[in-house]
Amino acid sequence: MFYREAGQYKSTYAADMAVFPLRQDRIGIAVILAIAFIGIPMIGNDFFIATVMIPFLVFSLAAIGLNILTGYTGLISLGTAAFMGVGAYACYKLTTFFPGVNIIVLILISGLFSAAIGVLFGLPSLRIKGFYLAVATLAAQFFLQWAFVRVPWLFNYNASGAIEVPLRSLFGIPITGASASAETRYFVCLGLVVVLTWFASNLVHGRLGRSWMAVRDMDIAAELMGIKLLNAKLLAFAVSSFYAGVAGAMMIFLWYGGGEAADVFNIRLSFNILFMVIIGGLGSLIGSFFGAAFIASLPTILKFGLPALGVPLSGAAAEHVTFMLVGALIIIFLIVEPHGLARLWQITKQKLRTWPFPY
Amino acid sequence: MKQTGLMKGAALGALLAAGAAIAPVAAQDSVYFANNAYRTGPFSGSGIPIGDGMRDYIAMINERDGGVNGVKVIYEECETGYDTKKSIECYEQAKSKNTIVYSPWSTGATLAAIPRAHIDKIPILSMAYGLSASAEGSTFPWVFIPPFTYWDGASVMVKHMANELGGMDKLKGKKLGLIHLDAPFGKEPIPVLENLAKKYGFELKLYPVAAADMQNQGSLWLSIRRDRPDYLYNQGWGAMNPTAVKEAIKNGFPINKLVGVWWAGGDDDARAGGAEAKGYKSLNFNAAGTNFPVIQDIIKHVVDKGKSLAPKEKVGENLYNRGVYNSMLVVEAIRNAQKLTGKKVVNAEDMRRGLEGLNITEARLKEIGMEGFGTPSTISCSDHSGHSKMYVAEWDGTKWTKGSDWIEPLKDEVRPLIEAAAKDYAEKNAGWPKRTESCEKSS
Amino acid sequence: MSEVATRPAPNLLSNGWIKTGLILIGVVLAAIVGAQLDSSGTLHKVLIDPFQQMVSAPDLLVQTVWEGLVSGVLYALIALGFVLIFKASGVFNFAQGIMVVFAALTLVGLHEKGVPAFLAVILTLGVMFLLALTIERVVLRPLVNQPDIILFMATFGITYFLIGFGEAVFGGNPKQMITSELYLPKGAIDAKILGGFVSFQKIDIAAAIIASIMIAALAVFFQYTRIGRALRAVADSHKAALSVGISLNQIWVIVWFTAGIVALITGIMWGARSDVSFALEIVALKALPVLILGGFTSIPGAIVGGLIIGIGEKLGEFYWGPLIGGGIESWLAYFIALGFLLFRPQGLFGDKIIERI
Repeated sequence: MFYREAGQYKSTYAADMAVFPLRQDRIGIAVILAIAFIGIPMIGNDFFIATVMIPFLVFSLAAIGLNILTGYTGLISLGTAAFMGVGAYACYKLTTFFPGVNIIVLILISGLFSAAIGVLFGLPSLRIKGFYLAVATLAAQFFLQWAFVRVPWLFNYNASGAIEVPLRSLFGIPITGASASAETRYFVCLGLVVVLTWFASNLVHGRLGRSWMAVRDMDIAAELMGIKLLNAKLLAFAVSSFYAGVAGAMMIFLWYGGGEAADVFNIRLSFNILFMVIIGGLGSLIGSFFGAAFIASLPTILKFGLPALGVPLSGAAAEHVTFMLVGALIIIFLIVEPHGLARLWQITKQKLRTWPFPY
Repeated sequence: MKQTGLMKGAALGALLAAGAAIAPVAAQDSVYFANNAYRTGPFSGSGIPIGDGMRDYIAMINERDGGVNGVKVIYEECETGYDTKKSIECYEQAKSKNTIVYSPWSTGATLAAIPRAHIDKIPILSMAYGLSASAEGSTFPWVFIPPFTYWDGASVMVKHMANELGGMDKLKGKKLGLIHLDAPFGKEPIPVLENLAKKYGFELKLYPVAAADMQNQGSLWLSIRRDRPDYLYNQGWGAMNPTAVKEAIKNGFPINKLVGVWWAGGDDDARAGGAEAKGYKSLNFNAAGTNFPVIQDIIKHVVDKGKSLAPKEKVGENLYNRGVYNSMLVVEAIRNAQKLTGKKVVNAEDMRRGLEGLNITEARLKEIGMEGFGTPSTISCSDHSGHSKMYVAEWDGTKWTKGSDWIEPLKDEVRPLIEAAAKDYAEKNAGWPKRTESCEKSS
Repeated sequence: MSEVATRPAPNLLSNGWIKTGLILIGVVLAAIVGAQLDSSGTLHKVLIDPFQQMVSAPDLLVQTVWEGLVSGVLYALIALGFVLIFKASGVFNFAQGIMVVFAALTLVGLHEKGVPAFLAVILTLGVMFLLALTIERVVLRPLVNQPDIILFMATFGITYFLIGFGEAVFGGNPKQMITSELYLPKGAIDAKILGGFVSFQKIDIAAAIIASIMIAALAVFFQYTRIGRALRAVADSHKAALSVGISLNQIWVIVWFTAGIVALITGIMWGARSDVSFALEIVALKALPVLILGGFTSIPGAIVGGLIIGIGEKLGEFYWGPLIGGGIESWLAYFIALGFLLFRPQGLFGDKIIERI
């Protein structure tokens, strides 16, 4: 009843191929955007925005990137964190060389560097598949992380090997550096995430996305149908790394605000982003958001939320409980719904469609 | 569906609670002190005794004296697991709960917190860790790094080497190896050592240990065997230290030439080497053992009442006592802030004044039952570290003993470097705020 | 006859081994020529100097190879746990690393509580059995027939759970392995050979021997026992095994328990070399390149792969690492594995991947 698409006729091809052909979807998106742009800054305090919302947005973008590679093209990567790092360091070098260029532009450009590196490490994917490829991407993870520490040029020969985030502003409002307020950084993140998600949505629904899915479902068959594997796989690596790179640059410039960067992009982060994609739902953009909320925000909420609910837990014990709870929840979710949170969302939509008279 | 509904409800509840958790603590006669701790993760071996020491001293002050001049100190730990991401969350929490001082307990966390703290006006107390350059008070009015910096430590290492060899001129042609964690913390001493190597003509060899290879140092020690350095300085932390001690013994490196930074001086670090670890050294600025009135008070008022997290036999260990020293600095700074402002319940800005005017003399240490327990330290407006003296501790097979006299760091060498580095930092962080806070006299 | 004659020559190149050989010869030739032409000395440092060092200080070479061998054995032990489970249940068990830590922690933790050393070993084995049983009941059984990646993901869940559980029960601080209580040898044999000295740690020798015994025992177990035969049948085909009346659930418990035993032994050995702490979990990641090198399904592959990776990374780090700043050990293993993989995508000993449309 709430979600009935019957009776919505399309009279042009363009309308039929729209990303959101349904009125309900369009309304839903508008509501979500309204909450994100108006609701959260109004009700959330600084702590909530800085430690829950900004990380959530950054990880969502990274998860979308990995989802393009793993969910849509079927190539597993455990090097996402390293590609994020490439973005962060590229952005740092760029803003050192071109301090006058707007930082948002630089964040986007740094994604291109990450894409180039991604393509380079994506080359083995033409020959290696499955878990073998996953472990091969670990080479990228460890090599790049080593380079972040050992190539002093990358961090401008800083004695402690740390990145410093300078003050950069847009229309006179500081958006990076310590004096940027949490709200400003949140709006910049949100803007980038919304635009890039819209772009990704168009990409995966278009020709390229279809060819990726064909490769995922069976690459030999896709090849026989005339899809060039080389192009499709490397493009997937490029686009995926681009998203990861932008997310990485956002992570350092809009969230962390400088400091020890090399250690941030460690193997754990790569795994976490893979969790987000799998828990959220392979091959689903909305799933990437669910996954990021689950994996990135849940531990934070548990850590700071449980004591507030009156559960008496010391710091260390809370950490242990959080670990156990997250582990157990991962298993429970996989058992209850192996297709991820996105599938739960679909089921919900189905229920809404038939409510109140389910059949 | 019912289940998922429940889950969503629970998640929403937790979410709201997380927001509510952050309501500032505003009890009448108390101040809130947020301390980062890492009782979990690969570095917890070092983190647990420190956290216990810090917690117990504050508990003792609250228990014995009813707080600092009647103001209770609410001590709260935020678990970081030595992870920078979590430490940023902890910073945000500490900020929203109006902490009077932020204690990051990791160099990575300090680096991330420094720019924020200067905007949010929260003093950072990074006791003998963190960014060495932050000892320059006119650039970093909100960061305090007593009693000295890593750079002072490195200079004392060179001095110690010279003392054993018989003079600074004997350093020429010698080889000093630096084993360091490949992270900002580990890299800190490199600039000073490079400078001193040039000046005194000894050779510096670097042996970086990646965090992932902390317990896998085999090939590194082979390189040490090949290079045959005369001395080794170990800037290590966590599981890296016991492994280094074990490997040194295994590879036949003379253990008394291996000197750890003060963070490599945990009892568990040395104990890993067994009987052969006798002679292992580490720089230090606090004494180990329970033979001090302050530790006795802690045992009496906290440990014996079962209010401590530490088992009794661990009380008085080196890192435990260092935690006590750190809490002492906090308490003394509160006291000083109360004196300077005339208020009882101080806030973060008063605390900054209290820290800047901190003067821990020998006499004061004696008054608080810490005679010979730790190094005296004086902070001033421009000098936020004090460049205090330290000593070389020696492991006698079962406990840490004082292996040398107090040694002054090479302040004349270190200070210009610190000033240059601070200037560089302010330049690179374009838009770094100019110091507007007025100077505090030492008192 | 004429067909053979007209067969195009490049067919020779399609053989991976010949191609590898040719490339290697090419590299060596290029290296020799390059070294002759090289004036700046960079090539000399990369291509000649390390070998000169090997010749001039053979004791260090022997020591390096020995170190590599020992860490190779330990990597192989971790990899072995992966392979056992992958063969029998098709699960890529990421939790093997944490199982190593968990087993060692349980052992040391029990001993700290006053349990005699050997009783503690038996109790730990009991705990590992319970763990295997629980994993089978709670994780594997409900997830039967799910895609590989879901099962892989589930083992991440197990990892997280075990990290939290282990730290909550035993505490996160590093602990000493109870080597002497288990009658493991201490100290070293210093051999004065080749103009220097080479030191062999007794514990390392013991590790190598114990690992060999265990592998032999596993081989016998697989080859000659009823359960072993059942395990091999399951590895070949789940459906066929089910149809002849083998209980998959039972087999899974056995396999996970076996992996638990391997984890305990690995934990004791690693723990004796450094100490028992959660940092070991990171070392366990090194088993991944070993696995791709050896193939996910081959026990000999895990061992040979472990040795190649162990020796390769130690030699690389020791002789070539200083040229680019050191610390290359963290990624060299993956590049070695990647290099092999480009020629044999299924690993050295893995089953050939046959794709049908």
